Parts: sequence; C-alpha cells; structure tokens
Amino acid sequence: MLTLDAKLPTGPINEAWTNHKDQLRLVGPKNRPKYKVLVIGSGLSGASAAASIGAMGYQVDCFCFQDSPRRAHSIAAQGGINASKNYRNDGDSTWRLFVDTQKGGDFRAREQNVYRLAELSTAIIDQAVSQGVPFAREYGGKLANRSFGGVLVERTFYCRGETGQQLLLGAYSALEEQIAAKSVTMHTRTEVMDYVIIDGKVRGVISRNLVTGELTRHVADAVILATGGYGNVFYLSTNAKNCNVTALMRAYRRGAGFANPCYTQIHPTSIPASGDYQSKLTLMSESLRNDGRIWVPRKEDESRKPADIPEEDRYYYLEERYPRYGNLVPRDVAARNAKDVCDKGMGVGPTGYGVYLDFGAAIESKGADAVKSKYANLFEMYHRITDDDPTQTPMRIFPAVHYTMGGLWVDYNLMTTVPGMFAVGEANFADHGANRLGASSLMQCLADGYFIIPVTVGDYLSRMDKDTITTDHPEFAKIETEVQDGIKKLLSIKGKRSTNSIHRELGKIMWEHCGISRSEKSLKGGLEKIPALREEFFNDVRVLGEDESMNQSLEHAGRVQDFLDFGELMCRDGLLRDESCGCHFREEHVTPEGEAKRNDDDFAFTSVFEYAGPGKDAVLNKEPLNFEALPLMTRNYKS
Amino acid sequence: MKIKLHVWRQENEKAKGKMESYDLDGVTPDMSFLEMMDLLNEKLIGESIEPVAFDHDCREGVCGACSMVVNGEAHGPQRETTTCQLYMRHFNDGAEIYVEPWRSAAFPVVRDLTVDRSAFDRIIQAGGFISNHSGPKPEPNSIPIEPGVAETALDAASCIGCGACVAACPNGSAMLFTAAKVSHLGMLPQGQTERYDRVKNMTTQMEEEGFGSCRNYAECEAQCPKGISIAFIGRMNSDYLKASLAEPVDRRGKMHAQ
Repeated sequence: MLTLDAKLPTGPINEAWTNHKDQLRLVGPKNRPKYKVLVIGSGLSGASAAASIGAMGYQVDCFCFQDSPRRAHSIAAQGGINASKNYRNDGDSTWRLFVDTQKGGDFRAREQNVYRLAELSTAIIDQAVSQGVPFAREYGGKLANRSFGGVLVERTFYCRGETGQQLLLGAYSALEEQIAAKSVTMHTRTEVMDYVIIDGKVRGVISRNLVTGELTRHVADAVILATGGYGNVFYLSTNAKNCNVTALMRAYRRGAGFANPCYTQIHPTSIPASGDYQSKLTLMSESLRNDGRIWVPRKEDESRKPADIPEEDRYYYLEERYPRYGNLVPRDVAARNAKDVCDKGMGVGPTGYGVYLDFGAAIESKGADAVKSKYANLFEMYHRITDDDPTQTPMRIFPAVHYTMGGLWVDYNLMTTVPGMFAVGEANFADHGANRLGASSLMQCLADGYFIIPVTVGDYLSRMDKDTITTDHPEFAKIETEVQDGIKKLLSIKGKRSTNSIHRELGKIMWEHCGISRSEKSLKGGLEKIPALREEFFNDVRVLGEDESMNQSLEHAGRVQDFLDFGELMCRDGLLRDESCGCHFREEHVTPEGEAKRNDDDFAFTSVFEYAGPGKDAVLNKEPLNFEALPLMTRNYKS
Repeated sequence: MKIKLHVWRQENEKAKGKMESYDLDGVTPDMSFLEMMDLLNEKLIGESIEPVAFDHDCREGVCGACSMVVNGEAHGPQRETTTCQLYMRHFNDGAEIYVEPWRSAAFPVVRDLTVDRSAFDRIIQAGGFISNHSGPKPEPNSIPIEPGVAETALDAASCIGCGACVAACPNGSAMLFTAAKVSHLGMLPQGQTERYDRVKNMTTQMEEEGFGSCRNYAECEAQCPKGISIAFIGRMNSDYLKASLAEPVDRRGKMHAQ
C-alpha cells in the first residue's frame, strides 16, 4: 500500500499556507547551484516553474517535445484567469473564490489546497502584469474584468480571446531570460521516456532526442512533471494533437500514485466532428448559450434544411425538459442531453452527432448586427471551420472532452508518492475536485509554478544528503536498456494497422464506455474491450522507419501504448466510484431532477491507484477528505 | 475530392531532398489541410512508405507549430489563416497542390516539412523579455496603461512565432517577428527600462542567425496568419535609431568612451 501523507497544515485555513511556508526549510543561495532539478514540460506550469527555480540559482534542465517551449497547449485557453482582486467592489474575496472552487469541484478536493489556490490568485495577476502581459484595460487604464461560468462576481482577467497565449508567452519569456542567463538548459524536441529510481528516490530520467533518436541519461536531485492532462485518451478532444499521458503513466509504473483518473470534464459546446477523418475538436465559448436556442428535429432521419423545418417539428429539448433553466442548464446536464437526443437518432450533421444552436430568435428580437457584434470572433471562427454563417443557418454543436481533473497524487508540497518527484498544473490532481470551474486552470498552473514549487522543492532538497551518484550508476544503464527494448519491440511488430487507427478505436471505446455518462455495465464493457485492443496493438501495429531518425509514428506508438493502459485504469476508477459527483456521472446515481447524486458517506475520498505490475489490477488506496472550513453541502435543486 | 500532391521529402538536414508526387482520393471539403495530410500518411503507411513528417500541435491556429508552404504561399491561399485552419473546400476537385517546408537558410530542414526554428528562441533570449523574478510585485493598477496602448501591444503580442514572415519574405527576413516582440514590450511602461538595449540586442541576434534584411516587400504582413502589421517594423526602426543615437551607458552608469 502507498503511504499517503498529505502533509496538510493545521490551524485556521486562512493562515495555513503562510504558516506552512514559514516552516519549510530553505537552501542558501550559495548551495542552490549544487542541486539539479529537471522540469518535464514547458507549458504554463512547467515554464513558470523552470523560470522561477532557475532564477533562484538552482541548475535546471527543462524538456519539451515541441520545437519550442512556446507551443505548449496552455496557449489555447481562451476565456481568462480568475483572481479575487475585488476590483469591481462586488464583494469578492479569497474566501468566495475558495467557496466557488470547492463547490464547483463538488467537494472532491482538499480544502487546504483549494484555499491556497484562491489565496495566490491575486499575486499571479501582479506577476503577469510585471512581465508585460497586456491584459484588457478600462478607459482609465485600470485592469478590466468580466464574469465567467456562473459565479456572482466579476473576477476574470483577460486578453481578448487569447488569455492563455499571453500568459504562456509571459512565462516563456521568463524562461528564455533564464536560458540566456544559463541557469536553465532547454531540451526541445526531446521526450522523457522513463525515470530512474535509486534508493526509493527519483534520481534522473532517460530522454530521447526526437530528431536523432539518441537516448540520454540525466541525473538529478528532483524531477518536476508539468506534462498536462490526458484528454487525448478519447482520441478526439479539445487538447492539442500531441498531448499525451506517457510521462504520467511511466511515473505511475515507477511508483507514483495516480489519483482520480476517471474525472474528465466534457464541454457542452464544441464544433462537432464532420467525419471519421476528424483529428481534434475546437471549442466554442459557452457564452453562446445566452442567445442561442438548442434544438434537434423531432423526426429521425430528417432531411430538410433547418430553416425549412417548421416550429412544431423542432424539439427544443432543454427548454422542454428543464423549463426553469432552459438552454442555460449546467455544463454537464447540457452535455448529457445532447448525447441522449443523438443516441435516439435525432442528431444532425453528417455524423448524426450534433445539435442545432439557433440564433434565429435572438436575431429577430435584437437584430443581426447586435448579435453579430456580441459574438464576432466566435462566429468568424465557426465560419472558417464549417463554411456556415451562424446568422444564416443554425450552428451545429456537440460536447467534447476538454480537461482532466485527475492526475498524479501529490501532497500539499506538490510531491508525488515517489520522493523527489513533483507534479504541477493539469498533471496533478490537487485543486479541482471532480469538476473544474471556468478560468481556473491557468490560475492553478501559475500558482503551482511561480509560487508553490519554488519553496517546496527547496524544502525537499535541503533534507537530501548530497551524494555522488552519476549517470554511470547501474540503474541508469538498466532503465536505458528497458527503454531501448521498448522501442525495438514497437518497431519489430510490423503489423498492418497504423497507430492512428488504434488510437481512434480506443477513443471510441472510451467515449462509449467512460464518457459523458457511465454505468456499471458500460464500464465493465470497456474493461473487456481495451485489453483486446491492446493485444491487437502488440500483434498488428505497423510502425515504419527506424529509431535513429525523426519518426513521428514511433513517437505516437509509444503514446498510444500508454493510453491503452491508462484507459483501463480510468474505467476501473469509474467503476469503483459508485456515486455521481461533478463530471463523473453514474447513471445508477441520479436525483429525481436528473442531476448527479453524491454519496458522501461512502465516497468522500480521493482514489489513488498504485501500480501492481504488468497484467495485474492496480491497487486502490484512499485518502479521506475532510471538510472543516467549508462543511459539505448538498446542492438544493428545488429552489 | 481527388487531388494530386507534390510534397517535399527529405530524410534529414544533410540529405538531399526532392519533391514526390502522390495521388490522394477520398478527400472531403470539410477536412482541414492537416487532416488531408493525415489521410495521406494513412495511405502511405498502408503502402509501407514512411509517412510525411510535419510539425503540428494545437490545430486551432494558436500554437504556431504548423509550417507549410502551400502552392508557394506560407500557410496557403487563405489570408490570416494557419495551415491547420485551412480547409480543403478552398481547393478544387482534381487540384494539384505543392507542399514545401519553410525555405530559409536560418531555418534548416529537420525532416520533410519540419524545420528548425530555434533561431527565433535565440532572438527572444537576446532580450525579448522584461527582466524579472517570481515573487511579490507592485499592485498593477498603480501603473495605469491607456487601453489603446494595451490593445496595440496585444496586437503585436498576438504573434504566434510560426515563421511564416520569414518564409514569405524574398530576403528571408525576420523583421516582423522581431519587431512584434520589440513593440509589444517597448510600448508598455513595464518594458521601458530595457527598451533600447532590447532593440539593439534582438536585432543583432537576428542578423547573427542569418536572416536577411528588410526591403519593404511587405509579403510578411500579407502572409502572417495573425495579420501583424508592418507598422511595427517602422516602430522598431525608430527605436533602433534612437538607441543608436543615445549615449552608450553601461549597466553601472559609466559612460563608454565614444
């Protein structure tokens, strides 16, 4: 069994982080250059961590598989970043942001972590502005805010629809400053293949140069994983094409506990797939539901154009099923209902998996120009992708996998169950519970990278006895051989199926069996299908080319292999969590209103899976969750 | 749709590359250009031919990874559109399409359509930042920024670093990329302290990387997927001139001998 000591601070929650920080041990400036820290990933959390730690004087090596650290998928976040600055004087505070985040996560997160996140939110804005992030300003030159995702205050800071891009470029420029100062060494087009554990601690990694295929050993005192989420296990998601779970799965196989793998956020409004060739999904902001009416034709196999379908043949299913909330029901309800009507054959578009989002009524009452000006960017983006003008014909939308709340288990210091191995950003599980609120992913990445990890990693290093381990240690040779054998194996199968076709098939299984809604039956079905697909992968995958050159099929094969194992873990977690909470919707546990029904008596814990060896079932460990500052609440749907 | 593709194939930086032709059936108008390339690669794998290597990631037009010259234009025929956001409906059935990597001495080919753009990172390292550590910072509202200035700085900061400007320029100049970063930081109050050092250091690095000089062709602006204006190049030139005329003072405040 894993030892899950979360190292949670005691005492009043509003002083917890300060007190905890004051107790952490420090490494003096003269000693910092003696320690080597590896940062895997260069998105918001990785770049901010590497830049911050490098600036303190530690020796840092940062890795990314892209050609530049500026490409990481944090760049695609559109809406904004929350901070409880209370600039609008509308009653916002650290406490309110904490409560909103904890409630949003449906009480499946540690409250100390969530409170700390809220507490650090304001410093993130200060940090970003000092880097030159051009946030939107009001006429007087002060920072502007907007509201987001169903909260009652305006606390979201933004740069048009490219907040993630600007924050990432801020972190990237800080990273490049440290690279220029030689405190950070950057390894681009480099993938971390495995970890070297010596005496129970992580002491390095084996990396692969994606241009030459060369494997390199890196010895280190600490390793920080900032490798993002695993939404691409579904093949189709709003993640970037190359996002993967490999770094996390390989850490898991070396002893890091994996927490809450089944928590997946599905966004209700993305542009639907247009065919089997679809490679990824693009999000459309949820704000569209304010003016759009969602409907499908009542008749199956409707062949008329949407404009020719009379009112009586249109099924405004959200308005009919949820008369009080109508089209503005919560994200998860909107997503489940869209899938439901499509499963019943009423879906629209070439694949039958799409519903109409119709601005006809809004245009009639407010005028086309008013509606257009409100959603100009979105309409343009939609038009570019689909060639349809939403002011002329209804948009087609469908839910898409967007964010994964689960990740490596970490303690309050963001350290995994492997000493010396840390996880930050979407790669850890810590702050969002079973559901993440809008505009809080950027906040979490930067809180972890700029403010938490720089002090907690020092505490760990200060307790470490300096030794003389080098890459000549036999364990490095052993792991390198294992990596090499793994690559050779993939190249030697020489079957018929491309890695992409297997990944796509896995995605379909995950979507059917562990998607918007899950049941014991569906999850068990998934657990039968995935091992069969894995067998097919190892018997019939075709990876052409060689190891000693750039080989994108080989890279993908390694990632698909890990997705296959991970998909199984996800289904197992979903099956064991026999309750509904946040985004995890078990069909067996529904309130009479059709909402997720939590079971706090039996499931107020974090599921942490421990690797038990190849072919063996992962071992479930539980970290109980306590709710003292903010007592558990049951949502009241009747009033 | 049925199309004929002519694709640049090159095994590595040192190898000699050449155009290969492939017929591709089953293309549909709603496919993105990269999905069409995925389809080509599936077909090639089926025929035991190594797939075409190309850079791509977000596939929604912001990461700047995709980098193809399509029919002679960086990112293809659609204005203000990255290759990943280009759709096959903009091509005719039976079309012949030429796909090449970015062509510039400063961007060596890595394999097929992927190039090495690390020169851009080195230009940023030369000064494309505001020197800073993480930690407590002044209250941002204590330094008001006129919204027009913030918006224009954001126009410049919207550069995705894809390198289309270099690929489009007959001289292979990186002026638009460099000017966008110099302008973004140079317009904001936070960026004033290092403003003149920044423009000198970044342009020096740009020249050392082997990018050509600007001759005002303005092809960079025309083919920039984010529509970054060449007015920023003018702004950078003006800062560069001021930097050259200023009395050289080193960081400790001593005046250099002229």
